[in-house]
Amino acid sequence: MSRHVISVLVDNQSGVLSRVAGLFSRRGYNIDSLSVGETENSQFSRMTIVVRGDDSTLEQIKKQLNKLIDVIKVVSLTSESSVYRELVLVKVAADDKTRAAINDIVDIFRAKIIDIAPKSLTIEITGDEPKIQAFIDLMKPYGIIEMARTGLTALQRGDLSITNNNNN
Amino acid sequence: MQLTGSEILLECLMEQGVDTIFGYPGGAVLNIYDALAKYPNNIRHILPSHEQGAAHAADGYARATGKVGVCLATSGPGATNLVTGIATAYMDSVPLVAITGNVPLSLLGKDSFQEVDIAGITMPITKHNFIVKDVKDLAEIVRKAFYIAQEGRPGPVLIDIPKDITAQKTEFQSAKPYQITRKTGTITDQAITRAIQLLKESRRPLIYAGGGVIQSGASAELCQFAERLNAPVSLSLMGLGGFPGTHPLFCGLIGMHGSKTSNLAATRCDLLIALGARFSDRVVSNVEKFAPEAKILHIDIDPAEINKNVQSYHYIIGDLKSTLKKLNEKLAQLELPETSEWQKQIEDWKLRFPLQYKDDSNLKPHYIIERIYALTEGEAVITTEVGQHQIWAAQYYKFDHPRTFISSGGLGTMGYGLGASIGAQIGRPDKRVFNIAGDGSFRMNCNELATAVEYQLPIIVVIMNNRALGMVRQWQDLFYDQRFSQSSIDRATDFVKLAEAYGAVGFNLTSKADVDTVLQQALAAKGPVVINCEIDQNDKVFPIVPPGAAIEDLMTE
Ligand SMILES: Cc1ncc(C[n+]2csc(CCOP(=O)(O)OP(=O)(O)O)c2C)c(N)n1
Repeated sequence: MSRHVISVLVDNQSGVLSRVAGLFSRRGYNIDSLSVGETENSQFSRMTIVVRGDDSTLEQIKKQLNKLIDVIKVVSLTSESSVYRELVLVKVAADDKTRAAINDIVDIFRAKIIDIAPKSLTIEITGDEPKIQAFIDLMKPYGIIEMARTGLTALQRGDLSITNNNNN
Repeated sequence: MQLTGSEILLECLMEQGVDTIFGYPGGAVLNIYDALAKYPNNIRHILPSHEQGAAHAADGYARATGKVGVCLATSGPGATNLVTGIATAYMDSVPLVAITGNVPLSLLGKDSFQEVDIAGITMPITKHNFIVKDVKDLAEIVRKAFYIAQEGRPGPVLIDIPKDITAQKTEFQSAKPYQITRKTGTITDQAITRAIQLLKESRRPLIYAGGGVIQSGASAELCQFAERLNAPVSLSLMGLGGFPGTHPLFCGLIGMHGSKTSNLAATRCDLLIALGARFSDRVVSNVEKFAPEAKILHIDIDPAEINKNVQSYHYIIGDLKSTLKKLNEKLAQLELPETSEWQKQIEDWKLRFPLQYKDDSNLKPHYIIERIYALTEGEAVITTEVGQHQIWAAQYYKFDHPRTFISSGGLGTMGYGLGASIGAQIGRPDKRVFNIAGDGSFRMNCNELATAVEYQLPIIVVIMNNRALGMVRQWQDLFYDQRFSQSSIDRATDFVKLAEAYGAVGFNLTSKADVDTVLQQALAAKGPVVINCEIDQNDKVFPIVPPGAAIEDLMTE
């Protein structure tokens, strides 16, 4: 089962999130992550949904999404033609002995330390999935106290936008 | 013009040409009912016994007339009572607008008296739903609701209106309903050409048609198409009436209770032409063994139906009537291949495997249906409940016209038929309406007899009384070693007395010899009639495809 990123332009209506989420749960589609926010036009929101499934499941998901009245457009964003980003906040155990080493890793990953406490560091990192995973793997030995992820968000590369993209 | 929300709602219903609504009052819709009292001549309000009856009646009205059915209920329990009816309409793609009241905006989300999140509850069983948060949005929401209910693949839409909105005033300007246009943009020349190519190559074509034929009003085009190809036609339960049951090309139902001819034809055909049908599991049974030799050409208005349950070889998305018209135009100019061997094969199957039952001296449900067919000359509207009687009605009444077989196919809702028959009779006063029922199903919602009596609707309810939940019993008999768990309902109910208590006429029918006399008396009666037919518990529906089997492996006795 491969991973697919779909971007869904929806009417910014109350209830639209539960319509989309409900569709996925009742039809048994697996969501890895879902992120949502307003677009350049406040009338619309854009959801980025990461799903797992074979190609026919992906086809069904897109068709079912298109049946929702609040859904305006659905496109697949392939890894070759899109940029993916996620923002993660990681609170790592840190003391005088480990702080410098962690800081080195943070620099290499172009992450940011956004809070320091006697026994911990809170780090903000953005990137695509492999980068985030690599960073988390490196933090694990120090002890990750807690972590929050926004879920993936994505845009098509180049001049195309969701409204003039016909790759649906 | 300044109007209240309630008045705007009624004005908008009239804009849409609504002449009848099925509803039940309560606290949250008091304002709407008050406004209704001031508009008595424009909209006829039918008051059922139960909101479920209102929903089924609106559904039956829609199926019988092709118009949008409208039902109305109060908040909380009124709204939840609509749910089964909305789900029934959703599964069978029936255009319905359900209107519910709710508690005032300021009390929403506070677990107020009779508050329920009906929009949340009905999300998976409506095409769309609305909560009206501002009286200024109301008119536009009602117009959109009617558009959505009818556009593309039809379905139910719910509008939830908080009570204060129904009292607030705003400026109202009437408008024309949104035009519902046939979806033809996706029917490309290329898609048509490819379909024609498949039709030209096929030596063993089979048409499998469903409810889309009726929704799209494509019966005449289907007839022309089938006749031009000389192709046999099998129908899903929802398709009945979409192609004449008396037509020589008609092969009967397909699938779980399909005719042997249909199921063999599906298994041997080289091209399966699916028209407005969705390959439900009740048709397909075992997917691996379904139409193994066939290329599938799927024509449907809903893109999501393509490749959902079975993989198609080629498809056309769009309005069926328009698609068939285009195909028929092309076919008219073509030389078609020789298919006489296939036609002979089909005729041979039909002769060898006709629908049959043991026509002994006992009172047989099949025989009763055949007599109803004969006495009504095939012109009645037949609604059904759910169970064995439903399938017998589907098999033995030969439906020649669309919108004359009205049955809960997708959800299989026991208790659907009586409400539906009320809606159908109100929508089609020119037609005789029969509700074919089982004793179990009838007992579920027989309260609506009171409604049929109140409005003096000459509906004839035929209870196939086997003192059992017959279809359940049949499965237990055939597939559960005859462990009859909770399927016997030999209750003390006297259905004739029950009918009389409601103010209807009741007949007992116990012998074959009396069938015509009783039916004629029923047809001559003024108001609703209930005929209690005492049939054998062991009468079964055949053919039946055992669970998980290939559809050709059906049991015929
Ligand atoms: C509301 C509902 N509950 C349960 C069922 C399951 N079910 C399907 S057929 C059937 C038996 C129907 O009995 P009856 O109405 O007497 O009809 P018969 O099969 O005897 O003709 C049952 C219980 C259903 N379809 N709908």
